[in-house]
Amino acid sequence: MTTGTPTSSTPGSGTRETTVGIGAGAATELGTSDMVLNIGPQHPSTHGVLRIKLRLDGELITAAEPVVGYMHRGAEKLFEARDYRQIVMLANRHDWLSAFANELGVVLGVERMLGMEVPVRATWTRTLLAELNRVLNHLMFLGSYPLELGGITPVFHAFHEREQLQAVMEEASGGRMHYMFNRVGGLKEDLPAGWYGRVRAAVASVRSRMDVFDDLVLGNDIFRARTRDVGVLAAALVHAYGVSGPIARASGVDFDLRRDEPYLAYPELADVLKVVTRQEGDCLARFECLLEQAHNSLDLADACLDRLAGLEPGPINTRLPKVLKAPEGHTYTWTENPLGVNGYYLVSRGDKTPWRMKLRSASYNNIQVLGELLPGTLVADMVAILGSLFFVVGDIDK
Amino acid sequence: MDVTPTPHSHGHSHGQDPFAGPVPLGMPDPAAPGGAVEPRRLGPLARLAPDPVKVVLNWGRRYSLWCFNFGLACCAIEFIAASMAKHDFIRLGVIPFAPGPRQADLMIVSGTVTDKMAPAIKRLYEQMPEPKYVISFGACSNSGGPYWDSYSVTKGVDQIIPVDVYVPGCPPRPEALLQGILKLQEKIAHESLPDQYPAAPVPAAALKRPLLPAPAPDAAPADAEEGTAQ
Repeated sequence: MTTGTPTSSTPGSGTRETTVGIGAGAATELGTSDMVLNIGPQHPSTHGVLRIKLRLDGELITAAEPVVGYMHRGAEKLFEARDYRQIVMLANRHDWLSAFANELGVVLGVERMLGMEVPVRATWTRTLLAELNRVLNHLMFLGSYPLELGGITPVFHAFHEREQLQAVMEEASGGRMHYMFNRVGGLKEDLPAGWYGRVRAAVASVRSRMDVFDDLVLGNDIFRARTRDVGVLAAALVHAYGVSGPIARASGVDFDLRRDEPYLAYPELADVLKVVTRQEGDCLARFECLLEQAHNSLDLADACLDRLAGLEPGPINTRLPKVLKAPEGHTYTWTENPLGVNGYYLVSRGDKTPWRMKLRSASYNNIQVLGELLPGTLVADMVAILGSLFFVVGDIDK
Repeated sequence: MDVTPTPHSHGHSHGQDPFAGPVPLGMPDPAAPGGAVEPRRLGPLARLAPDPVKVVLNWGRRYSLWCFNFGLACCAIEFIAASMAKHDFIRLGVIPFAPGPRQADLMIVSGTVTDKMAPAIKRLYEQMPEPKYVISFGACSNSGGPYWDSYSVTKGVDQIIPVDVYVPGCPPRPEALLQGILKLQEKIAHESLPDQYPAAPVPAAALKRPLLPAPAPDAAPADAEEGTAQ
């Protein structure tokens, strides 16, 4: 037993506020009393340890307050004690479903500060891996969201497809989830012989079974009934809370960094890249955005493969000095992660570690809007709304 | 933790047994002249009964581990992957459908335990009925992992609850979880409840009931009435 260990069984889900009305109309004119209901921190619908305090009037949610911090691992402070090689390893873990995209922001920032030129093959391979990672991320939510709404089958299909993509990702990087394949100046090492062909086969195989989600899930009447017109998020709220990613685009906010501030090889993929938007802003629109984006990412991956096949052989990384120091200064790198805008504000004082590295993660902003979105809905719709916000708890709590 | 079976654990492992240890079958023991020639499990009834029952109980217990997934972070995704069609730990008898900790035998802590989350983990562990087992899945819940120097991360879930099997990796592959489950099942197969939960010595006085004082003469009718009313 050391410090920080609770000595007694202190209740984890702490506060228990119950306002009890006595007699009809004691609390409200309708005779119902407010109840504060804790969802989480350990609850299947919260994908981990998000806690939400709901104030209920009967079944109607009158107030919702997300309580974050149960997964706070202090990554930003740890960045200050790691050098630029080690940061990659920590930075890919906050959003564990989009590890490659998280790494990308760090290395792009350091490369920009160093003024480093990245080999062409590395840039295209990075784009390819980032899109495969986006498909992996989206497949997870395409499977888990129907699961939360009561449909068990799609998640098995989703994981079957995920395993195929994970196999090629693992072959390249050695990791199934946390690739740690980015290096400042390129990628860790060259790709195995014949890898691009296997990626093409995996992409084709995943695409051939995406109709499971197009038809089985999206065409399901129960699924549509539970998501249509539920949890409508207005575009004004998207702007007010800094919501980004597929959730924002489902509310008609046409913003995608891959098109609006292109990085990697996206400028040359403009004809393939499709920014998927919807106008409805409900749960169904969010799911449709995610699904169509996954389709588009598979197309982008194919486009990257086509381009890579035509490239001259060349290096995939840059030789680095033994001690890598970013010059004094600061820079802000943002990338379009699968779940939204992921930004790193990097301040360097010329040391081998950053002086400060602020992390702007997508889910943190995205779930703040729950406080506006949930009031006025029923408890039964809460799971549908929560799941449609596509968040990762580590991305919220960092 | 090494749960490889040892020769000792194959024989009798009753805590109270004074002759615990490997017993040569059908051979007189020179260290105990006049002692049992037969194997110990053929001894008096008290020794005969627990062993087969123990085997049956352990057999049943190891292959119906209702599992409560304490999914915290990245490792939870690999836990889900292990429960899906490709790896499918249900074939090992791990059933991930426990409605809650009160119905679970096994808790798999997968992910980073933070100081803020730790009380909830301890509380849910305490809600599980005995006998209960814990698998710590992943570097973070083993020791803090990559967050070993973080100000907010608990350095291993074993600081708050006892852990039976540690699965290393960041995150471990689903195959590693399968291996961890097999190790736990080996451990369960060789466990003995008397060793695990040694009975407190019962004083002889506990078996005796003190004499009750005679009821007061005037209170007797009231008692009788109550007795009839019931």
